[in-house]
Amino acid sequence: MTPVGSGGLIGASIERVEDQRFLTGRGQYVADLDIPGALHAAVLRSPVAHGRIVSLGLDAARALPGVHAIVTAADIPRPIPTIPLRLVPLPEFDPYLQPIIAADKVRYVGEPLAVIVADSRSIAEDALDLIEIDIESLPPVGDKDVDEGGSFLFEETGTNVALRFHARSGDPDKAFAEAAYTRKETFRSHRHTAAPMETRGLLAQWDASGQKLKLYGAAKVPYFNRRALSRMMNLPEENLDLIEVDVGGGFGVRGEFYPEDYLIPFASRVVGRPVKWIEDRREHLMATNHSRDVGATVEIACALDGTITGLRGDVFGDMGAYIRTNGGVVPTAAGMFLQGPYRIANVDITVLALMTNKTPVGTYRGPGRFEANFFRERLFDMVAADLKIDPAEFRRINLIREDELPYSIGKRTPHLPEAVYDTGDYHTAFERCLTEIDWQGKAAIQGKLIDGRYHGVGIASFVENGGAGPKETSRFVLEKDGSISVATGSSLLGQGLETTLAQIAGDALGLPLTAFRIDHRSTSRLADGLGSYHGRSIIVGGSAVIDGAEKFRTALIEAAANLLGRPNSELRFENGLVISETGASISLTEIAASRRPDEGPLAVDGIFRVNNPTYSYGTHAAYVAVDPDTGRVELLDYVAVEDVGRAINPMIVSGQAIGALVQGLGGVFLDHLIYDDQCQLLTASFADYLMPTATDFPSLRSVALELRLSPTNPLGAKSAGEGGMVPVAATIGNAVGAALRSLGAQPRALPLSPPTIWSLIHEEKERTQ
Amino acid sequence: MKLPDVDYIRPKTLKEALDLLSAHGDDAKLIAGGQSLMPMLAFRLLAPKILIDIGGLSELRGIEITDTGVRLGARTTWHDIERHPSLKTAHPLLAAAIAHVAHYQIRNRGTAGGSLAHCDPVAEFPTMVLTCEAEVVVAGQDGERVMIASDFVLGPMTTALPADEIITAIRFPVWPKARRWGFEEFARRRGDFAMAAAAIFYDLDGEQRAVDPHMGIIGDADGARRLTEVEDLLAGQRITRTLIAEARALAERSTTPSEDIHAPAPYRRALIGTMVERALAASAGINLATAAA
Amino acid sequence: MSRKIDISLTVNGRRHAHAADTRTTFADFLRDDLRLTGTHVGCEHGVCGACTVIVNGEAVRSCLMLAPQADGATVVTIEGLCEPDGELGPLQRAFRKHHALQCGFCTPGILTTAHALLTQEPDADEARIREVLSGNICRCTGYVTIIQAILEARESYRSKASAQS
Repeated sequence: MTPVGSGGLIGASIERVEDQRFLTGRGQYVADLDIPGALHAAVLRSPVAHGRIVSLGLDAARALPGVHAIVTAADIPRPIPTIPLRLVPLPEFDPYLQPIIAADKVRYVGEPLAVIVADSRSIAEDALDLIEIDIESLPPVGDKDVDEGGSFLFEETGTNVALRFHARSGDPDKAFAEAAYTRKETFRSHRHTAAPMETRGLLAQWDASGQKLKLYGAAKVPYFNRRALSRMMNLPEENLDLIEVDVGGGFGVRGEFYPEDYLIPFASRVVGRPVKWIEDRREHLMATNHSRDVGATVEIACALDGTITGLRGDVFGDMGAYIRTNGGVVPTAAGMFLQGPYRIANVDITVLALMTNKTPVGTYRGPGRFEANFFRERLFDMVAADLKIDPAEFRRINLIREDELPYSIGKRTPHLPEAVYDTGDYHTAFERCLTEIDWQGKAAIQGKLIDGRYHGVGIASFVENGGAGPKETSRFVLEKDGSISVATGSSLLGQGLETTLAQIAGDALGLPLTAFRIDHRSTSRLADGLGSYHGRSIIVGGSAVIDGAEKFRTALIEAAANLLGRPNSELRFENGLVISETGASISLTEIAASRRPDEGPLAVDGIFRVNNPTYSYGTHAAYVAVDPDTGRVELLDYVAVEDVGRAINPMIVSGQAIGALVQGLGGVFLDHLIYDDQCQLLTASFADYLMPTATDFPSLRSVALELRLSPTNPLGAKSAGEGGMVPVAATIGNAVGAALRSLGAQPRALPLSPPTIWSLIHEEKERTQ
Repeated sequence: MKLPDVDYIRPKTLKEALDLLSAHGDDAKLIAGGQSLMPMLAFRLLAPKILIDIGGLSELRGIEITDTGVRLGARTTWHDIERHPSLKTAHPLLAAAIAHVAHYQIRNRGTAGGSLAHCDPVAEFPTMVLTCEAEVVVAGQDGERVMIASDFVLGPMTTALPADEIITAIRFPVWPKARRWGFEEFARRRGDFAMAAAAIFYDLDGEQRAVDPHMGIIGDADGARRLTEVEDLLAGQRITRTLIAEARALAERSTTPSEDIHAPAPYRRALIGTMVERALAASAGINLATAAA
Repeated sequence: MSRKIDISLTVNGRRHAHAADTRTTFADFLRDDLRLTGTHVGCEHGVCGACTVIVNGEAVRSCLMLAPQADGATVVTIEGLCEPDGELGPLQRAFRKHHALQCGFCTPGILTTAHALLTQEPDADEARIREVLSGNICRCTGYVTIIQAILEARESYRSKASAQS
């Protein structure tokens, strides 16, 4: 295999190819597409969190001029399709799958009841207002004691606990029985979500004569969605083309299969015209996956010198009203990542998945990890304080050493095999972070009141995995003009794939970036693909590109051998030419021109299979000042250190790290999906759902290390898209805890909003008075 | 979130605007900058039949600074205020409060008159109008009249502006150069609505005692209000650390804090107290963070 | 109730005479009627800033403007930010250099805002730039590289301003 990275593209901070169109307003997002004759859809959504549907009064809406059709459950062929599980496909989840439209019951505010198709979105919304909704309310299930009220989302199951999973390593009962010191705490991460700047959208074009569908607006996992939709619509997969256009951010929530992914194509079939649906922001906040709503009681056993001997965790995830395509990842990953990069032989984890009358939950960047790291690292700081050990020293004692890797934590989830941390030098990353934040130097101001504010520094270490298998594909095609288009099963979500995959292909073939066009757009270009999630676009997608490039090189040489009449062994591919030892050469354009009309272009498929994810890791540190009167936390400095194995494009890696970090800070201080006790969503606009702006966190830096290559892929890359986020709550929680140590105020629940911090301080004050 | 079905008209003169208002009555809503009204239409919280755009009325523009005070035409934007070369000196409290309003793009279009008519309890301008005892000039079919702030600002989202009248100007009394003042606001992020705010001003007599203090707050359940109890406490007194602490405690007792998903009542009460304390300290040049000398 | 009103306006140097629906926002008018889809809609209630365009020299949220309110206006959208010869302008080049965009959705609103700011205030310091940009939400970049890019582009606006004075 040609050594990877020999061409100088990999590892270079090359300006992105995709920027040209974004900077000039020529991006094509799904809302920008126009098909003549298209109609517009709006979705009627349940205003009630839990109830039995009695009737929908449609007459007035149907009579509104400009309304073409109203689709309800009555129009959908039975059985009403349910959204399949893509990840964590446990049989326990089967009773809790979401029907693509509410038929007899509604189970969350925002659940689709009907689709209006009209001449314009304005008219469709006018029609929504005319529909009379009659729903008999049922008691909503809103908090974690889900079975105590006697109200069940799915009466047939007789419970709102969808999953109970238990994992155990070593002998935790013995460890706890014998421990010199134990501590137990309860923690909570709050419900929030990704909120990308572009809402979801679909443009469905049904071709009745061919029984074919073109669906624009796909993202992330278009091949899975195509398969699911083909089954639901009873059509062969080849009749469906799911086309990805430019996408305004994904972060995990965009691209999963949602009810609209069936309803809009169905509507197009009903009206016989293209149908366009663009989610508005109010809908988005109640209809697109929520996440992070996880709590845990965690208990630790230690020796007095700080050596951890046991860990117990009772973790629960509030799943919302249905288990959608990947909801199961959230609580199971929280259970799995509770241990983190630490040496703990005796572990006992229970994970519950709880159903409530809220928007269904799915993965959001670093799912389960953001939560679990917060729970564990907060407990560690409390323990370190009890044992009078410096928090950094506590971590040094327990952080896995390189000579202990690979380190297995056993089978920690119901659906994945044994998890093994592969390569890494956790201590070097840790010490680098401490140096960057000046941990030693700041010891003097820890917890001090300076100019009316309490100062504190906190740290947190993490492991993160990425590059899920089982495979990814690529297709290299030699175009007529001698350029090379590379189709990838990976999806473009804003992470710069058009550039980074071209860097990989360029180095593999010794060609410049401009020789390639990365094509991710359509399921018709590739037979199959897995998509972009779990940081896999480079690890698995990029490796598939390497394989494809090698096969392409072989195919070029083969073709040239025939054209030049020389044996393969005499030929090599260099500088865009196939060159023979004799000096004869042939260009890509010539090879392309030599194809017979019936042959089609020269094309090869690449594939990369991987069973095991790879593990990135690192440490973050934060320096904060807390105003005790207002509860405001100012972030004075933040350093994020992560080993990414290999950075294909350091500028892009840094962009991901900082972006993830700021999104994580939003998740600590601002983002919050708030429900009332009737399970009504109170934060359904950007006036109430708050996110970071340019003035909130100006002082941040990230350091991407290339300490240890990943053994799972030829690039040696570890994941770089999510690591920046996973320890943020832990780090900030510890910094605030350190700052407020003297007041006895210790954060255990997110978000760390000003009222929460203030209450922590003042409740503690009242308690001790 | 498309706008409801609505018509639109743009009168060229104030008289035309008033005639239209009279003709359409409750079916009409005035639109100036639209920065508060448009989101309400997008959420379909309102569904007027016709919008009357007063954006073309030049008689409502203009900032005048004279020896009787500062006159803001109703269509004065926040950027007009920010960019005015002498307004910061002529009325530093107003300038300080307005600096907190919204964001750059909104500041180009949001108007003083629009903000006052909307009377959002967490907006800065209506509270400044009330605190400074500004006068509101209102035009109707019978001509212009002047209303005093406390008659005009009635409560959250509520003013005394009749449906067929238009605010034409807001007049702030003249600001003596030696006047002491302070403005403190707490918002979640830069440009967000205030969670709580306090504005204070007073003059000093020969003995450095506060004369005729005015204190207004944002964060009370009754909307923009003056804390007259605290004003009475401060009147005739030197502003010392001790008095500031008393004023803070009294402010916390005197307010009925508003409660919402962003701030529960006990927190907001304390926050109002903190804003009062810090505004007073600023007015007196006292640094609360350092121990008393 | 709604009706169409004829308006005329200049967008990116080109005159348009068009019928505008009274219930349409200026953002939707630009996108649907003039097919200038570079201006994006992120929230429709005036918070995210993705829809920012420049009207008579001032950055405004086009989702908070009614289409008829643009009658007689001179408008610049993202499509109008290139140099006269079609090359990328200094802001655009700086954004690409500094990786100040990822998914690109908020980018048009950020570029128009930065362009309006630097045109009016070529000496804006970092604090002022951050303050102004706080009205534009980006979910991808974390803002660090956006500020870096605007600071770099500032030099071109300063030179232009002193050349003109």
